[in-house]
Amino acid sequence: MKYKSQRVAYWFFALSMLLLSLQIIYGFIMGFAHMGYDGLHSIIPFNTARAVHTNLLVVWLLSGFMGAAYYIIPEESENELVSVKLAYIQLISLAAVGVTAIVGYHFNYWEGRKFLEIPRPLDWLVVLNVLTFLGIILATLYKGKKRTTTALVLTMGLVFAALLYLPGMIWFDNQTMDSFFRWWVVHLWVEGVWELIMGGILAFLLIKITGVDREVIEKWLYVIVGLTFISGILGTGHHYYYIGVGKIWLIVGGIFSALEPLAFLAMALFAVAMYRKGEKKHPNKMALNWTLGTSIVSFVGAGLLGLAHTLPQVNMYTHGTLVTAMHGHLAFWGAYGMIVFSIISYTMPNLTGRKFFDSTTGQLAFWLSNIGMLGMTTAFGVAGVAQVYLERKVGIEFGEVQTEIQVHFLILVLCATMFTSGIALFIYEFIKYGRPTEEALAPSPMKANVISPVI
Amino acid sequence: MLSKSQAKIFFLGGTVVTFAIFLALSWTSLSHEVPKRTHEENLSQQVIKGKVLWEKNNCMGCHTIMGEGAYYAPELTKVYDRRGEGFINAVLTSKIPWQPRGRQMVAYGFSKEDAANLTAFFKWIGETDLNGFPAKPDLKK
Repeated sequence: MKYKSQRVAYWFFALSMLLLSLQIIYGFIMGFAHMGYDGLHSIIPFNTARAVHTNLLVVWLLSGFMGAAYYIIPEESENELVSVKLAYIQLISLAAVGVTAIVGYHFNYWEGRKFLEIPRPLDWLVVLNVLTFLGIILATLYKGKKRTTTALVLTMGLVFAALLYLPGMIWFDNQTMDSFFRWWVVHLWVEGVWELIMGGILAFLLIKITGVDREVIEKWLYVIVGLTFISGILGTGHHYYYIGVGKIWLIVGGIFSALEPLAFLAMALFAVAMYRKGEKKHPNKMALNWTLGTSIVSFVGAGLLGLAHTLPQVNMYTHGTLVTAMHGHLAFWGAYGMIVFSIISYTMPNLTGRKFFDSTTGQLAFWLSNIGMLGMTTAFGVAGVAQVYLERKVGIEFGEVQTEIQVHFLILVLCATMFTSGIALFIYEFIKYGRPTEEALAPSPMKANVISPVI
Repeated sequence: MLSKSQAKIFFLGGTVVTFAIFLALSWTSLSHEVPKRTHEENLSQQVIKGKVLWEKNNCMGCHTIMGEGAYYAPELTKVYDRRGEGFINAVLTSKIPWQPRGRQMVAYGFSKEDAANLTAFFKWIGETDLNGFPAKPDLKK
């Protein structure tokens, strides 16, 4: 680590890992409920488990992105964070708002709008929190010596993500209007501005790990984020097929969302090409695994599996079935879960000074979590496709179909156990690293560059 | 070969153009299509109260409506046509968990008034033009 204030990132990553662990627990509750074992129904009914599971996902990923920004922005702008104290206050308030929301879900304190269940009064605290975060990042960037493309793309993604949260806070009497603007938040986040955040982190990691010239990497970063917005903004239309708006969205949404995989394909080709072009001298093999992994798994999960059911003719039957859960799991894991794991793997040796660059535990964590998640995706896919044919095509009643496909949830839970083992090992490694130390701090940014140009 | 500044123009230009088209299409949809397709004139206070109850109890956390929600309980867009008012009322006012095939619903035990509000919400949403969703099962004999 070159700047003392970068150590703030560690605590955001720690919060991220804690919330991920909780998210997995609630995932198991739902998996068992789908198998017919909902023993916790009276305390944690399915809708509570579901709201907690998806909201924890959003908060642990945001915490990971914030940690990434607190690490990357000082290094890219060559300046300490303007206020470390404020960053810690922001961390505590993020955890407090998240925990309050999640506890509230157990007591019917929520707004039943998928992914946006946080009640509006708490939304204002989220806004305040994010404004504090952006204030620190923007002021650091403004006072910094440099404004690199990587830092700007990452910051742009974070600023847009904050702005796009606002349409979701407006109340509408009409369900169609409500849904229309809910997707401005959810879709334009995950298939828009979050890809900028992912692209920014990916570019930073590739510059550090491969040693390829920054200008080359940042040029392709522009192309990737350009493809993301060109396809993703109008691709929002794939959520508008059947919510009470016109047929024009069937055409626009169909065409542009079919182009969305291009951004992920470009990201995968970009990462692999930069790795091949690079020096292959960087010792941090785990960071390399996760970085190449995220670019490839995101293409499969977000790109290909999204394409599989995005055309209106297919989506007419798959919309609102477990096919969506199939795509959702691998997409979120590949694109956003794994990029957070990549930046953690890269930064931990730099923050703590302990160089566990390549360990059996780390390798096992990578493979178990990825194979487990692929298995879960397959189980969701088989259950989803069976549901589509039995319920939507043949017309068998919903409950009867659910009983028929219960067995696939046994496979899902087994694969989820494998996934969880991988995550547990990753968290074990995280804890083993210990906390950031003074010794990890390079004497001066200039000297650090001389001693270790690639780390 | 593409230069960095050309790549930047591709990003910024592409974003501005597609976002402008997106805003124009959204405006057309919301101002012209939604009022007609959703029969906004039928959006009574009772329907709105039903929507508030729908959100307050996170029904979307198990069910789907217009295909949106969780996938644990049935799709409810056309539930008014499919099941009728009596059935819906019985489920909503039940004091013990409704559990078809063992899968339990929370026993909300709604008052008659609340159940009527939710039913009005289901009736209203069932009349919305959703471009043919949900599709009729085409392999049903």
